[in-house]
Amino acid sequence: MELHDVWFVLIAVLWIGYFFLEGFDFGIGILTKLLARDRTEKRVLINTIGPVWDGNEVWLLTAGGATFAAFPEWYATLFSGFYLPLLIILVCLIVRGVAFEYRAKRPEEKWQRNWEQAIFWTSLIPAFLWGVAFANIVRGVKIDAHMEYVGTFWDLLNPYAILGGLVTLFLFTFHGAVFASLKTLGDIRERSRALALKLGLATAVLALGFLIWTQASRGDTKSLVAMAVAVLALVGAVVAIKVGREGWSFALSGITIAAAVAMLFLTLFPNVMPSSLNDAWNLTVTNASSSPYTLKIMTWCAGVATPIVMLYQGWTYWVFRKRIGTKNIADAH
Amino acid sequence: MDLALAPETLARWQFGITTVYHFLFVPLTISLAALVAGLETAWVRTGKEKYLKATKFWGKLFLINIAMGVVTGIVQEFQFGMNWSDYSRFVGDVFGAPLAFEALIAFFFESTFIGLWIFGWDKLPKKIHCACIWMVSIGTMLSAYFILAANSWMQHPVGYKLNKATGRAELTDFWHVLTQDTTLVVVFHTLTAAFLTGGAFMVGVAAIHLRRKKHIPVMRTSLRLGLVTLVIGGLLTAVSGDSLGKVMFKQQPMKMAAAEALWDGQNSAPFSIFAVGDVAKGHNDVEISVPGILSFLADNNFSSYVPGINDVNKSEQEKFGPGDYRPNIPVTFWGFRWMIGFGMTSFAIGLAGLWLTRKKFMLAPAMRTGEDEVPNLVLFKSRALGTRLTKWYWFAAVWTLGFPLIANSWGWIFTEMGRQPWVVYGVLRTKDAVSPSVSQGEVLTSMIVFTLLYAVLAVVEVKLLVKYVKAGPPELTEADLNPPTKIGGDDRDPDRPMAFSY
Repeated sequence: MELHDVWFVLIAVLWIGYFFLEGFDFGIGILTKLLARDRTEKRVLINTIGPVWDGNEVWLLTAGGATFAAFPEWYATLFSGFYLPLLIILVCLIVRGVAFEYRAKRPEEKWQRNWEQAIFWTSLIPAFLWGVAFANIVRGVKIDAHMEYVGTFWDLLNPYAILGGLVTLFLFTFHGAVFASLKTLGDIRERSRALALKLGLATAVLALGFLIWTQASRGDTKSLVAMAVAVLALVGAVVAIKVGREGWSFALSGITIAAAVAMLFLTLFPNVMPSSLNDAWNLTVTNASSSPYTLKIMTWCAGVATPIVMLYQGWTYWVFRKRIGTKNIADAH
Repeated sequence: MDLALAPETLARWQFGITTVYHFLFVPLTISLAALVAGLETAWVRTGKEKYLKATKFWGKLFLINIAMGVVTGIVQEFQFGMNWSDYSRFVGDVFGAPLAFEALIAFFFESTFIGLWIFGWDKLPKKIHCACIWMVSIGTMLSAYFILAANSWMQHPVGYKLNKATGRAELTDFWHVLTQDTTLVVVFHTLTAAFLTGGAFMVGVAAIHLRRKKHIPVMRTSLRLGLVTLVIGGLLTAVSGDSLGKVMFKQQPMKMAAAEALWDGQNSAPFSIFAVGDVAKGHNDVEISVPGILSFLADNNFSSYVPGINDVNKSEQEKFGPGDYRPNIPVTFWGFRWMIGFGMTSFAIGLAGLWLTRKKFMLAPAMRTGEDEVPNLVLFKSRALGTRLTKWYWFAAVWTLGFPLIANSWGWIFTEMGRQPWVVYGVLRTKDAVSPSVSQGEVLTSMIVFTLLYAVLAVVEVKLLVKYVKAGPPELTEADLNPPTKIGGDDRDPDRPMAFSY
């Protein structure tokens, strides 16, 4: 395995980390509308991710930075090619971050309601668009001989990509509902379990369609294994939430995300961004990667830093391990 | 295509707007994180309530500020690829690494520990809680270091070779990129300027309250802390700025010449205080200058030869082929002056304040004030400043909080505009760096979207800051004074409201 292959795997790991973590906090954002009955419940939900959402988002920045360093051509083609969807995602992430931090800083109801609206939409839109983006990467887009994207914005909104978007949207919302059941107390916990069950079933239908489509059009044995793991884990997550095993359900919904992302990356390899115009114009792990020297330095850095990051991020979850209920929310705000 | 709306011009405007905006928040974040950490440490060590109150007060302003810094930072990382894809292809091998390091090492640090700090008041023993804000502070500085190393490489590319086959720059010596003199001096200059900014902010906000005789014990401490920070920060900013000037003189002579509107090289080159130039003819019509100073700034010698704009332009034409290698001279010239002018005005106000509000040194006993009194402004041993001058001083102290923000912005505009037409000095031109696949309409759209969004957020942010500045330090609660003794919080009452919730 050469270093650029290692980095292909590491980029996949970073995206898995991002979707696993921000997946449930996007889900929580969406659930503030679907699940919470009153404003206190909304706040219970928001506070389940309060201390951690920012750290979760850094997985995206790291994935972006690592792609820039390890596969500059991939980074350049992807970010300039998917210009408008990324602009929308950026606007959402900006507003979303500010919404979390500023929502409680004024007592007026109107102020808080506006930010709550913002949290819902800015969680929902990226949750959908990330699926669209990844489905397009796997499917292949119009890339010319100079590695430039020559398609339009509308080319990105094809049926396969839209299905991909719906899958991430539902999967993240399901993952979020399971997380909510794991982190809350009282009535809202019961309702999040019930909702998670419904969401899980809907996700299963969509995900099965998307994964089979992917497998049929560009899968191999390895991706079939990943797909089987994803599907089984998703079924397991649904069963676990039905019988009230929230921890298991969360672990399994996480495995679903990881396996599904792994499957997409497996169908890509050795491409990183295939061209739909001509196979010779594909961006691959070799023609898009950095020099061996840069990859070596990056490997050292990632090898040392990533375990440490996981250690202290994990510690954060342990510090905030207590469930939150409506009683823990002060009235002051 | 009309130059004013060419994708390159638009992409540059967008980069300029989003970067200057982002950098309004960065220096405050860097300095306030450390200052809040210092205040919390003082509380942990002494147990004095005024320090805890100050921690909470400045901590709140810090959080309002860092939220904006974080979200506007995401744009920065994305827009290299979005708007400057040819740049990204060309430099990714070199430039990507420090960016990835920044995310992996610094951003995780900042974001994780800030979450612990915000929500951890009732979950962490006070020493660990305090350690968290120190971690945030370290994260902010590491972040500055890595991104400045990347930027320094654009100013002065080292540790790389050009790969003829791929046409890309390839890293050969990462250590050199991280430790070249440009990087070290720029990091020093940026961090010290950040503390100048934070110190001035603290002085300004404290002065607002002291003028009205409110929250005196906390604001008195804050004023002194702010003044000391401002003065040390200001002094070191000047020292580091001087070193940076000398490095720049060697590495980017055009920038130095443009900063001074020195058209033709000369010995004992003067420092120009004011100039009206004629760019087309390549000379100044009107100029007021002090001889020898520029030579000293550039080379530590009042009579050294400093090459002028016309000379450097000519030598670059010989080296890189025909073309205009001059940056926008008026912007560079005035940017340099606004940077120094605003920064040093703030420093002077701080220096005056440090002397006027001294506690004991050269101060008659009658002039000394207690913990709960507004300090007298004392000029000589037993002679206080008159009423009018006192009023003026407090007025200046309030206004000084904005000056470094202006200075910082102009500093970046100066150094980035002064490097033009290059994006990587001597290696890659800005016009060759834009994304070929992004249309004019797309860049225009994103530029308008970001500008409008940032404008709205600026209003929201400033209003919130004003609200919390006015509110003053919070009253302390029982829970504040009795932090938990074990990690995860005490089990006293599971239904207890959280100390902090969104």
